[in-house]
Amino acid sequence: MHTTLDHLQPNQTGIIAAIDAGAELTRRMCALGLRLGRMVEVVRIAPMRGPLQIRIGHTELMIRRADAAKINITLNS
Amino acid sequence: MMKRIALLGMPNTGKSTFFNRLTGAGARVGNWPGITVDLLSAKVLLAGNMVEMIDLPGIYNLHGFSDDEQVVRHFLESQAVNGLVVILNATQLDRQLALLLQLKTLRLPITLVLNMQDEAQQMGIKIDIPRLSQALGIEINMISAKYGQGFGKARAAIESLIHQQTTPIHADASAFGQDDNIEIMLDRIVSDTVSTPVTLPPDISRRLDKLLLHPILGLPLFFLTVFLLFQIVYGIGTPLQDGMGWLLDWFKVHLLTPALSNAPYAIKSFITEGVFDGIGTVLTFLPIIVIFFMFMAIIEDSGYLSRAAYLMDAVMAKVGLDGRSFVMQLMGMGCNVPALMGTRVMRSRALRLLTMLVIPFSLCSARLQVFLFFTTAIFAPRAAAAVMFSLYFMSFAMAFLTAFVWRGKYRSHEPLLLELPPYRFPTFKQLLTEGWQQSGHFLRGASGYIIAGVIIVWALTHYPFNVPPASATTLAGRLASWMEPIFQPLGIDSLLSIALLFGFIAKEIVVGALAVIYGAGQANLSGILAHQLDWVQAYSFMLFTLIYTPCVSTIAVLKQESKSWWFTILAVVWPLGLAWLVSFIFYQSARALGW
Repeated sequence: MHTTLDHLQPNQTGIIAAIDAGAELTRRMCALGLRLGRMVEVVRIAPMRGPLQIRIGHTELMIRRADAAKINITLNS
Repeated sequence: MMKRIALLGMPNTGKSTFFNRLTGAGARVGNWPGITVDLLSAKVLLAGNMVEMIDLPGIYNLHGFSDDEQVVRHFLESQAVNGLVVILNATQLDRQLALLLQLKTLRLPITLVLNMQDEAQQMGIKIDIPRLSQALGIEINMISAKYGQGFGKARAAIESLIHQQTTPIHADASAFGQDDNIEIMLDRIVSDTVSTPVTLPPDISRRLDKLLLHPILGLPLFFLTVFLLFQIVYGIGTPLQDGMGWLLDWFKVHLLTPALSNAPYAIKSFITEGVFDGIGTVLTFLPIIVIFFMFMAIIEDSGYLSRAAYLMDAVMAKVGLDGRSFVMQLMGMGCNVPALMGTRVMRSRALRLLTMLVIPFSLCSARLQVFLFFTTAIFAPRAAAAVMFSLYFMSFAMAFLTAFVWRGKYRSHEPLLLELPPYRFPTFKQLLTEGWQQSGHFLRGASGYIIAGVIIVWALTHYPFNVPPASATTLAGRLASWMEPIFQPLGIDSLLSIALLFGFIAKEIVVGALAVIYGAGQANLSGILAHQLDWVQAYSFMLFTLIYTPCVSTIAVLKQESKSWWFTILAVVWPLGLAWLVSFIFYQSARALGW
């Protein structure tokens, strides 16, 4: 099943299927470990539609909802 | 020819700690053509050569577009080096090696340092160093910058780098334009040489995050943390500041004044009230800067500052700021000067400038003294509390209004994609280094402007020398009567506007200046003020004092940190205009309502 990263619930994981964020942001995401095929987990979401805390490998990141919406996810069954 | 080595790495890899250990306390801020951020550099004796070490900003990507990434690229394009020391976090090699592979395309001699050996061990990560070294064709050393392990070997590797490349060379320029295709290579090298446990043990960091980033408890805990931090920093700093003030006063009264007893009045006044008070103003900031930066280092290095960004982002993003801006704004309520310097943790220049524009509205402890004096002199005790509250409210309102108005001009183009590193505790030595470096930076960068500002105001209020200081016939008095049409619509008379001029040096001296201006002792001053001013005038004066430029030291630091005269002028003119407008609206509406 496909969705975007901002639709994941806390503790849910998925595989990054596509990143549709433009050259600059994609590069930055890549440098922080957000690359195609990597597994990403949403750890928690800040209240008031705040950013998401996510985990890729050993790295934990915060990402705004708007940016998370640019990452397409294949859900683990 | 001076040999030169640049230190490179991703943020949060302990790069600066490594740099400090390598260079000792001799680091200083250098100026590089075309670069708008401070680069620390130091001269170190390595293998009998004087070597200039440069600590470049932490970057994620050689080809990125962030301000820091552009600074690093600009540096590598324009400066010749003998080699690069790349420092990477051993616990995150799976992605950090990408930076090294990019740097390799520059065809410069490189030595690799893997930091956080201790944390990698704790997490059960094993790295096959000989194999990795062979795959990369680069010498590798494991260290723990925090505890100083493996440091000697890393140093020896830098020395052999210098032997290998005896003259500085430029990077291969074609590398900057090319788009890298290193993914496959990266994955292959990592899977060959790095083994990591499949699931991490639920470590303390995550348990702490569960509490500190809790949806409901997170924000209250954040406010509590900042409040405690504030109490500690100013609880320790303010008495030290008072002590410094006492020492300076003692020196002035018992040594300087007697020594000058035979000098003509103009010279005596120039030295004691111009030059010496200027130097004194600089020195009284030092204790608070040392303490502030020691504690900010704890907050930043521990990883909590990026958590603050996470917690406050929903609110702060609306006015173009982020959670770190908010921390600095709150810290500015003690003193604006260290808070402005503290914005250096923000790596986007636009975000930093917008935050620096906002911080001077924080009602600092010096302004608080003025307001406490005025409210007790003029308002009934019950009204006084409401007045103080309204001033704090105005302080925040002006800050958010300013951010809202200027967020378009200083729009941060860097996406807020921040790493939340595991919680760490810096060592005491790291804290001391940080406090020491920042004070040195403040002394070199801002002291000249502060002393000049104090001397200018001294000249205005003391010339000509044959009339009483700050009286109507001095330059300041004439300036005040010339500015009367500007201040009259605010209910601020010319005597009060001279006090505003004094307030430009430091708000601490406003009350003392008023006593001089009204020719009264401080004890009688409240009676005189209560007699001369009604509450509308007094409140209008307080509003103006709150909003206009905090002090000459703030301006000096704004200039030092922004490295732009235009920005500094904006940061002075905008609050002045806003102060006038707010006081005008308040005073005229109050009078129109018949108060």
